[in-house]
Amino acid sequence: MSGDGTAKVYALHAAVIALLLALNFALPEYHHAVLARVLVLAVFAMGYNMLFGYAGLLSLGHAMFFATGLYGAGLPLYHLGWGVPAAFASGLAAGLVVSAGIGLLALRTSGVAFMIVTMMFAQVFYLVTLYFGEWTRGDEGLVLQQQARQVAFGETTLDLTNPTTRYLLAVALFAIVLFATLAVVRSRHGRVLVAIRENEERTRMLGYDTFTNKLAAVVTSGVICAAAGAAYALLFGYVGSTFASVQYSILPLLWVLLGGAATTLGPLIGTLFMYYVIDIASGYTSAYMLVVGVVLILLVLYFRKGVLGTVRERWVRWLP
Amino acid sequence: MPFFPHLLLATLEGLVTSAVLALTALGLSLVFGVMRIVNVAHGEFFMLGAVLAWAITSAITGHPALGFAAALVLSPLIVGFVAWISERLVLSRIEYNPEATIVATIGLLYIIQQLALTFYGPEARPVTPPLNYRIQLPWFGYSGYKLSIIAASALLLLAAWFVLTRTRIGLVMRATQYDRETAQAFGIPVGRVYGAVFALGAMLAAIAAVLIVPISQAHYLMGLDPLLLSFIVVIVGGLGSLRGTVVAALLIGVSDGIVSVFFSPTLAKIIATLLVALVLVFRPQGLFGTATK
Repeated sequence: MSGDGTAKVYALHAAVIALLLALNFALPEYHHAVLARVLVLAVFAMGYNMLFGYAGLLSLGHAMFFATGLYGAGLPLYHLGWGVPAAFASGLAAGLVVSAGIGLLALRTSGVAFMIVTMMFAQVFYLVTLYFGEWTRGDEGLVLQQQARQVAFGETTLDLTNPTTRYLLAVALFAIVLFATLAVVRSRHGRVLVAIRENEERTRMLGYDTFTNKLAAVVTSGVICAAAGAAYALLFGYVGSTFASVQYSILPLLWVLLGGAATTLGPLIGTLFMYYVIDIASGYTSAYMLVVGVVLILLVLYFRKGVLGTVRERWVRWLP
Repeated sequence: MPFFPHLLLATLEGLVTSAVLALTALGLSLVFGVMRIVNVAHGEFFMLGAVLAWAITSAITGHPALGFAAALVLSPLIVGFVAWISERLVLSRIEYNPEATIVATIGLLYIIQQLALTFYGPEARPVTPPLNYRIQLPWFGYSGYKLSIIAASALLLLAAWFVLTRTRIGLVMRATQYDRETAQAFGIPVGRVYGAVFALGAMLAAIAAVLIVPISQAHYLMGLDPLLLSFIVVIVGGLGSLRGTVVAALLIGVSDGIVSVFFSPTLAKIIATLLVALVLVFRPQGLFGTATK
């Protein structure tokens, strides 16, 4: 890859972040709130994309990683009275531990078995959140109070319930994860992942340790998803087991497929588009699941590469 | 109630679960065995069978058994037709690519679920059992209908075994499963076999649902549990093995029944799901299957 390409890539990503920052001042109140939520969910999708898009491992259990971050941050904050930074760190740590454990087990399988195993582990996690309803309050969930969601920096207090603060923090998390993803996929490790996706046997024969690389991808992906979950708990103040259900394992798959698997910006486009499709559709009909189903089928039938995947194939070859 | 009758009751309940589970799982196993695809919408075919059973029984007046008999015939036929259409329109066009199939059947799952919610509604509705006979045991009375579910399921499983191993239809299916291209070269219409197998798998789930609906209830979200349990059974039993499926269904159903009676049902599900995930991790060919490739 030439130096020129690198500059273009970084300029494009910086421009996207700048646009998101500018939108903070331009958007009407409703869309401002929606975009903050979409950005956090897009981080979730980027975590999913890391594993599905680049390493080619289709997991049906990523709700588990998102919910690990959600509960990892939400439970200590709610029950132990931890501060926001400590709660966020604990969400990340929980994500690290869970994804490493699940990765070590699930990566012994591949293909269809990997999908079913991840789906089952996620279902176990979901049932566990219901079983310990005394602490998690199950489906009803926990609402984190406003006074718990404040960070004091010396004199100033950062209130996470303030829309502008919330939006800017969501952009900050999105930017960090976006550039981290970009760095990972352009690194040696990222290229090995793509090689594994294309032909695992051959990659192993060339002397790469495919298991360690895949495990690293699961952990990176799990930690990013946990970061999204922890941020969701802290920014939107709700922790419930719905986020651990099968539906939240399917949604990131849908977002990534729509936006374009193995593109750094695809998850954002997919999440944004799908969120508004459901939002607009639910204005006319309550049948939003029908929309999700039809979009999924149309995607696999006619549009396998997604929006940015198609753009990259047809016009902009240097898109990462 | 003392311990032994309690255990007997738990075992009987478990056997009813096993009977229904074996039929549902056989459908999933057949589709996976012959077509090499995972049908995530299998649970929705189950749900559709139950919802249609409610619709048919409530449309037909007269003795409950009359409506139930009609449901037992019509509901699987309609479900089979829906499955056949979706196989022809979607799955055959993505050429049974395993991952694309999973995504497509997830799409199908959402569509069926939404249509059931829109046209049937969010309520859980009961279906009147066709017979109302209680068998009096020394300790408690037990529903004769539940026992007849076990009998019906055993008969259907025997019929399935006969068709698969002793008839030309079974031979064609096994040939397609063994080697798709050679089967095609010998003049077997593989596309039509796939469509038929997919429909048959869905019909087995629908029959199981019609049998169970008088004692549970029809609800638009009822498909997830049978789907996960069928996965569990198919994995534990080993893919494509009819005997393994039945043994695993008995094992899972009875232990689920016993654990649910003595402990919390959620805990029972947690343990069962976790154990099976670990079986899949450490013994991918299943407990009874033999390693392939």
